[in-house]
Amino acid sequence: MQSAFQKRGASTVIFLTLLVAFTLLVTVLSEGMGIGVISTSFVKTLGKTLCLALVAISMDLVWGYAGILSLGHFAFFGLGGYMIGMWLMYERTREIVVSSLADAPIPPTAQEVSDAIANQIFGVVGSADFPLIWVFADSLLAQLMLVVLVPGVLAGVFGWLAFRSRVAGVYLSILTQAMTLALSLYLFQNDNGLRGNNGLSGLQNLPGLAEVSQALVSVWFLWGAALALGLGYLLAVWVVSGKFGSVLRGIRDDEARVRFLGYPVETYKLVLFTGTACMAGIAGALYYPQAGIINPAEMAPIASIYLAVWVAIGGRGRLYGAVIGAAFVSLVSSWFTGGQAPNVPLGVYTIKWVDWWLVVLGLSFVLVTLFAPKGIGGLFDLLERRTAPDRHGADLGPDQGALREKEASE
Amino acid sequence: MKHLLIAALALAMTSSLARAQEAPIQAILQAQSALIMENSRRTIAPVIAAVSGSGLPQAQDVLQAWQGKKLWQRTTDGLFFRAEKADGATYNLYDFDTRDASGSAPVSDLEQIKPNSGIRALIGSALVQFQLQDADPKRRLAALTSVQRNPSADVLEPLRGSIAAENDPMIRAMKVRAERLLTIAYDADEAARIKAISEMSGDLGVDVRATLNPLLVTRRAVFVGAPPATLNIAEILEPGTSIEVTKAYDMLVEADLAPPRVTEAQVRSALAENAEGGRVGGIPIRQLDDPDMRLRAYAALAAAGSVPPAPGAAQIAQALKAHSIADIYLEPSRIVTDAVSEALGTIALTVGLNQTIDLVLDGLSLTSIYFLAAIGLAITFGVMGVINMAHGEFIMMGAYTGYVVQQIIPNHTASILVAIPVAFAVTFAAGVVMERLVIRWLYNRPLETLLATFGVSIALQQLAKNIFGTQARPLTSPAWLDGALVINDVVAISFIRIAIFVLAVFFLGVYLFIMRRTRLGLETRAVTQNPRMASSMGINLNKVNMLTFGLGSGIAGVAGVAIGLFAKVTSELGSDYIVQSFMTVVVGGVGNIWGTLAGAAMIGFLQKGIEWFNPSNTLAAQTFMIVFIIIFIQFRPRGIIALKGRAAGD
Repeated sequence: MQSAFQKRGASTVIFLTLLVAFTLLVTVLSEGMGIGVISTSFVKTLGKTLCLALVAISMDLVWGYAGILSLGHFAFFGLGGYMIGMWLMYERTREIVVSSLADAPIPPTAQEVSDAIANQIFGVVGSADFPLIWVFADSLLAQLMLVVLVPGVLAGVFGWLAFRSRVAGVYLSILTQAMTLALSLYLFQNDNGLRGNNGLSGLQNLPGLAEVSQALVSVWFLWGAALALGLGYLLAVWVVSGKFGSVLRGIRDDEARVRFLGYPVETYKLVLFTGTACMAGIAGALYYPQAGIINPAEMAPIASIYLAVWVAIGGRGRLYGAVIGAAFVSLVSSWFTGGQAPNVPLGVYTIKWVDWWLVVLGLSFVLVTLFAPKGIGGLFDLLERRTAPDRHGADLGPDQGALREKEASE
Repeated sequence: MKHLLIAALALAMTSSLARAQEAPIQAILQAQSALIMENSRRTIAPVIAAVSGSGLPQAQDVLQAWQGKKLWQRTTDGLFFRAEKADGATYNLYDFDTRDASGSAPVSDLEQIKPNSGIRALIGSALVQFQLQDADPKRRLAALTSVQRNPSADVLEPLRGSIAAENDPMIRAMKVRAERLLTIAYDADEAARIKAISEMSGDLGVDVRATLNPLLVTRRAVFVGAPPATLNIAEILEPGTSIEVTKAYDMLVEADLAPPRVTEAQVRSALAENAEGGRVGGIPIRQLDDPDMRLRAYAALAAAGSVPPAPGAAQIAQALKAHSIADIYLEPSRIVTDAVSEALGTIALTVGLNQTIDLVLDGLSLTSIYFLAAIGLAITFGVMGVINMAHGEFIMMGAYTGYVVQQIIPNHTASILVAIPVAFAVTFAAGVVMERLVIRWLYNRPLETLLATFGVSIALQQLAKNIFGTQARPLTSPAWLDGALVINDVVAISFIRIAIFVLAVFFLGVYLFIMRRTRLGLETRAVTQNPRMASSMGINLNKVNMLTFGLGSGIAGVAGVAIGLFAKVTSELGSDYIVQSFMTVVVGGVGNIWGTLAGAAMIGFLQKGIEWFNPSNTLAAQTFMIVFIIIFIQFRPRGIIALKGRAAGD
């Protein structure tokens, strides 16, 4: 185990150094604590990108290392956001309500305060009572635990059901996608107690910190996200370096063989699936206070597929690949769709990137899948001159295990 | 000269007297002249009643002329005429009694009666009794429709009278039905009403329920002691069980039978008003954030007499005990309300039965939609094992092809007939291109096929958005597909849904034919079962894969045309169906068309069934359906109809 950990040591040290350097650089350049070269909204974008990198690492663990293409990890990410959002929204509304009732001639009863908060929060969906799921919303500690517990329990139950009946491969992908769709459809309903398609809003206002400027808060969140990413990366490196990681790769490459060797494949998968779901929940809990709003559209199945796209473009099966993919694709996407990219006039037709970016992304994704399965991370292999042995040549048979021309001739 | 004048006057008077005897309708009009000229909706009713109740054949002419603003009064002698404009400023006058022309008069001698719309409506309902016996069946039908729309007690007798002479069997049946309903609602004879109610019970018509339901309308009333037995009581309400205690007490308060309750808000404002020097009723204000303290402070204020005392729980209970609250039928007759309740019970049973049939038909049509959307996938995913996330976009492509064809061929019938093969060709080509360029490199990497085809899917979706815009494009169905097959008032199924059902059955046949009777089907099945062996037997794998994938995609395009006929054609059309389509194939069992059919049936009926419990919330229905499917997969991971043997392995 020690040696395996050391093998990844170099890339880990480089990654953590870069992360620290990046965080310090952004802090120095920020409006909140530095010279103000980078706007607060861009600091937030960078902080959000770090959170996306964290959820991409969790996706890489399940998919890149264990071969489970989960199309539900962004739903876990959103659930984490909802859990922290409930506390933020409750506490913030309570502050407003209490300060507005402070001038009342008669001090308000606890019931009156609670009714006023409920009215503020749920008036938009035509309700004035707290649903049952908000029972812990007044406690930060409880909601922080729920950030981990809710995605964890959902993933645990789902994974236990799915893995024990040996649902694997594309079937599992479709099933996770269905789960994500069901969850987002559920959240879209107005009577679910989470404000339906309005979602939770005003999350950027931290309770009790009303006088602290957003510029400062954005830097704090950047640090928080960087810390979480660093710890998550270390945890992921530790997980994949040990025996556990070897078994995971074994499952990815030949599940039946690992099972015949006596490993409880289902347990391994379940632990990994649940653990990464918790990790995604934490990433979401850090992301949405920076975004300020969360609504069910964020958790639609397409978001989870994009997560897979990031990891694939960055390079599966290597942790820094996931980080690179998430950061690169999400930043480039927001650059193109934000209208900042210059239009390309072709004489008869002007290419507006807002319209055409998705076409380019989709096609480049096809190209990456076809021609560069290692993604951007594969470039580092080229730098290290570490290439796979060349088994290629014409297929001798259509099956996966068929010998290639070159091997047969040896 | 003076004598002459008197003689002329006398002559005029006798002549007008003489007219009264031989001109009865004119006499009625003269008697009501003042009210006619007043022309007010509030006072006109007796005039219309006098005219229509006169029993004279001319009454209809008068009412029609009046309604049509052709009733004029000659100002020189006050007589009423029907007037037609002759030329210039003169009008030809027609007498109502003789129906003859009676000269003409300049417009300065005439005054037109202009009834307002309210009066015209009154005249219209008075005219009904004449129109019900009109010689023209169209007018009889129009009159009958007006009776059905505005039923009233007045038309019951004329309607009954008109049935015997009715010779058109259809109108006669309608008249009999209308008469039954009017009898239920308005007849004075209780036995006749009950007979009519029992005759109509079990009838599904909305009109029957619309007649019966108002008879069960109740009002809620408060009584001191028990309610009088003379009233037709629907239910005596028990405070605490069938009515909330506070609500019941508020009713007593409203009827001035009890002192008003003091609400929490009133307590608060009373306390705020009576705050003095930081204390209310001897209690410091800052302690008033506790409801009990507030009540104590209020009680102290009440004891001091500065606020009205709040009735306690015991007082409320006592007041409620001394009174009773009951729902009273507006219809006084107990026998009638009982008969109506029973009839409505019978009707509800029949309606429930028919709703079940309707639900089954709905489920069947949803099944055929899902089947149609999934049948292409049953080939590409089910037979070839290729996850094609762009399948939904092929459906969308088919729908847009239909839209484009419709822009070129304006005739809807022809354009749909052209669009189906064109959509097949377009998506077949797209499928073949995709198979050649992308999928064939990934046959051994199914997860990556999923991702690559997803890339194609987002590119295609955005491309459609760029070409056709984000707003929905119409794909209009031919006129002969409009409307619905109405079996009765509850069970109806639209022709489009029938057409989709037929199309689904047709493609099931096509699939079975190709797979079981053609060379391609044989080769496809061989490749599916064992590609190496098939290859060894001389089957061209590349060609078979290409054609099979094209076939699946082509069917998706045709499904797109069908779906576009009832759904809006947008770039997101496909993604709405993709998850359900995969679910259909997976639930049904991969590699078996009957499984896909079973899966579509299960999902379709399930969704309709869940929707039936909560019709307002289709989102909830979809959520529960997916959750159910996820659980179902746990118990039958290979689907409803699982392939046996090694071919089923993944």
